[in-house]
Amino acid sequence: MSLDTVPNLATLGTTDEARRQVEICNACRYCEGYCAVFPAITMQRAFSDGDITQLANLCHNCRGCYYACQYTAPHEFDLNLPGILAEVRQESWDRHAWPPAFAGAFQRKGTAIALALAAGLALIFAALTALRPASGEGFYAYLSHGGMVAIFLPAFVFPLLAIAIGLRGYWAEVGGQRLRLADLRAAIASAADMRNLGGGQGQGCNFEETDRFSNARRWAHQAVMYGFLLCFASTSSGTVMHYALDMQAPYGLFSLPKLLGIPGGILLTLGAGWLVSLKLRADRGLGAVSAWGGELAFVLLLGLTGLTGLLLYAATGTALVQPMLAIHLGAVLAFFLTAPYSKMVHGFYRLAALIRNAQVRP
Amino acid sequence: MSSNDKLWDLVVVGGGNAALCAAIEAAETGASVIVLEGAPKDYRGGNSRHTRNFRCMHGGPLSVLTDTYGEEEYYDDLLRVTKGQTDEGLARLAIRSSESCLPWMEKQGVRFQPSLSGTLSLSRTNAFFLGGGKALVNAYYNRAADLGITVRYEAQVTHVDIADGVFSGVDCTIAGEPVRINGRAVVLASGGFQADLDWLARAWGPAAKNFLIRGTPYNRGVVLKDMLDQGAESVGDPTQCHAVAIDGRAPKYDGGIVTRLDCVPFSIVVNRHGDRFYDEGEDVWPKRYAIWGRLVAGQPDQVAYSVIDSKSINAFMPSVFPPVKADTIEGLGQLLGISGTKLKETVEAFNAACRPGTFHGNELDGLATEGLSPAKTNWARPITDGPFYGYELRPGVTFTYLGLKVDETARVTGQGGRMKNVWAAGEIMAGSILGQGYLAGFGMTIGTVFGRIAGKEAAAHVA
Repeated sequence: MSLDTVPNLATLGTTDEARRQVEICNACRYCEGYCAVFPAITMQRAFSDGDITQLANLCHNCRGCYYACQYTAPHEFDLNLPGILAEVRQESWDRHAWPPAFAGAFQRKGTAIALALAAGLALIFAALTALRPASGEGFYAYLSHGGMVAIFLPAFVFPLLAIAIGLRGYWAEVGGQRLRLADLRAAIASAADMRNLGGGQGQGCNFEETDRFSNARRWAHQAVMYGFLLCFASTSSGTVMHYALDMQAPYGLFSLPKLLGIPGGILLTLGAGWLVSLKLRADRGLGAVSAWGGELAFVLLLGLTGLTGLLLYAATGTALVQPMLAIHLGAVLAFFLTAPYSKMVHGFYRLAALIRNAQVRP
Repeated sequence: MSSNDKLWDLVVVGGGNAALCAAIEAAETGASVIVLEGAPKDYRGGNSRHTRNFRCMHGGPLSVLTDTYGEEEYYDDLLRVTKGQTDEGLARLAIRSSESCLPWMEKQGVRFQPSLSGTLSLSRTNAFFLGGGKALVNAYYNRAADLGITVRYEAQVTHVDIADGVFSGVDCTIAGEPVRINGRAVVLASGGFQADLDWLARAWGPAAKNFLIRGTPYNRGVVLKDMLDQGAESVGDPTQCHAVAIDGRAPKYDGGIVTRLDCVPFSIVVNRHGDRFYDEGEDVWPKRYAIWGRLVAGQPDQVAYSVIDSKSINAFMPSVFPPVKADTIEGLGQLLGISGTKLKETVEAFNAACRPGTFHGNELDGLATEGLSPAKTNWARPITDGPFYGYELRPGVTFTYLGLKVDETARVTGQGGRMKNVWAAGEIMAGSILGQGYLAGFGMTIGTVFGRIAGKEAAAHVA
């Protein structure tokens, strides 16, 4: 009997190691019912690098397969599929990051995100000092609308462009075809209720309570995602009101920006806090170990943007508006500028992977 | 030896499916229960962690099961594989009870899923566990924890203390330390002896040392032997084990499901000398894979080689290890470590015996050889299209048949008749019902049904 087909794990690249594990999964198939990854595996016999990248981005790291697996360490097959796919995911985002010089700058390093935040704060404080308008209402008393646009328009457009370029590279690597509405709809439906964190039957995933199922992470993630989208919708509605309807900020409590922004901020803040508490209890070894700090800092930064937005609103009419405005805008600026190189990209690549999966699904 | 002063209502020996079903049933009545699992926590669950489904009678659609599967059909299926070596009363009890077990399992947290890809033939008869047997084992351990059941890992029972048919306690080592555990009743659910190669060698001869063990290395039959030594009545042929042909490169123990190879019907199989020795196309693979363990075990060095060409490489489930691949048959023989010239002769003789016809991979296609011995009676396509592929086959032992005789209350019988407070469940007594052959998912049925019976009976005894 020879065991030399079990490779020396230390010498395998991340993608090769993931391929080794996926091939074992394909010979087993016990986990087919958990998520979209396993049915996708069973459709193939051989896996190109692009296939592995696609599977990695399709994986939501629910960890159901890990705790159900008969081949995890100390078994010599040493399977840890959620762990290795998380590492492949990180590498794929690095590979497609644009410009490449920034690849991995913030994904793995919490301190880098903290430095970005500090830089964002410093920039906004400097802007508040240098660009303080002669007159203006609400926030615009501290930073003119023109000043805000001058800072945030590029800070918004550039990350979107960078992410779009990255996604194009991803799409080419995984062999994606022309987008069809039905595939897009299927992908959005899956993301909308985070189906792949549902464990296949709505029982949730194996995260903070090891082999017990829980929906906590799914709900916390939904709070963050919908909170973020509400905040984004709030800002967008403000923009439309400003330019299209000539309605200037500040807006009252029953205006669209506030009706969207306040619940959004609350959801974002609480959801991020919940996610952090879950993440601290979960086994780090089943995610991308090298990115743990960067991921945690990213969630904290997201939560901070929500929290400071709420505090800024609460400070209305007090002397705290100026410092709170600086802190909030600084956090938002740091969030946007790091987005193409932080955990934020996971949402974009995950959606792309879901669309691709809808294209190949039988 | 240290002694735990506590007198447990129930001591459960073993930590797989049957053991946990017994422990849960007893704990639900309020009994104090300790589970002694021989394996460390990572390997808990015995062979249950390698299983994937539960064969279940049902009078209509039930959970993930479609259509109906009645008692008579189920029993006929059992008769066919055991060739009558079963205890009808116990078998029918297991079959009839299976229907109410499925909802009970779901109540304990076990989740089912529709049958896996490549197993559609089982969608009516077998309920698959979501995530497989280890997920089932996890669900039961979580349920056990919620019920306050004490679980000790690395707790290997060396002796069951029984005097005049009355159990009083077990001697064991827990993480290497000798401990005595006393109880008012015991359920023995510690599996067969298939991981004890010396025992297998005594039953099979020295060739058994070359066998691979598909499941846990912890089923060494220590408790079974101890009980037999104390005069417990046995059932099942002590010289037999269930073995299938698996990938020869599999680990010695615990290779589990992935090491199976489904290529045989589409291949020719030769031994170390390059000679064919059996009809590879006798029947569809689900009905034949179980005999190939024995066939390979009968060949020199207990090894054989399955050879296909590129026409057939995608005709079966992917293998866990990639096949050996070569552009010529001689080259393939050399890579497999057998004579390339001889392999070429065998393949050419086979090719010459193939007849024209239409190949159907999923059914008996009658595409048979002519004038070849042994014949290949289905799927006989000439092996001509390179590259050529080869897999090494070895016997992989799944379970042994020798076990303890039990009655319909799962109680063990000794020389003086039924023991007073000793029950057995799972593989350690399955030989009563499955005396020969194998029926997919039936081991889990026996374990669940008799585990539950044993737990309830033991709890009633101590109540």
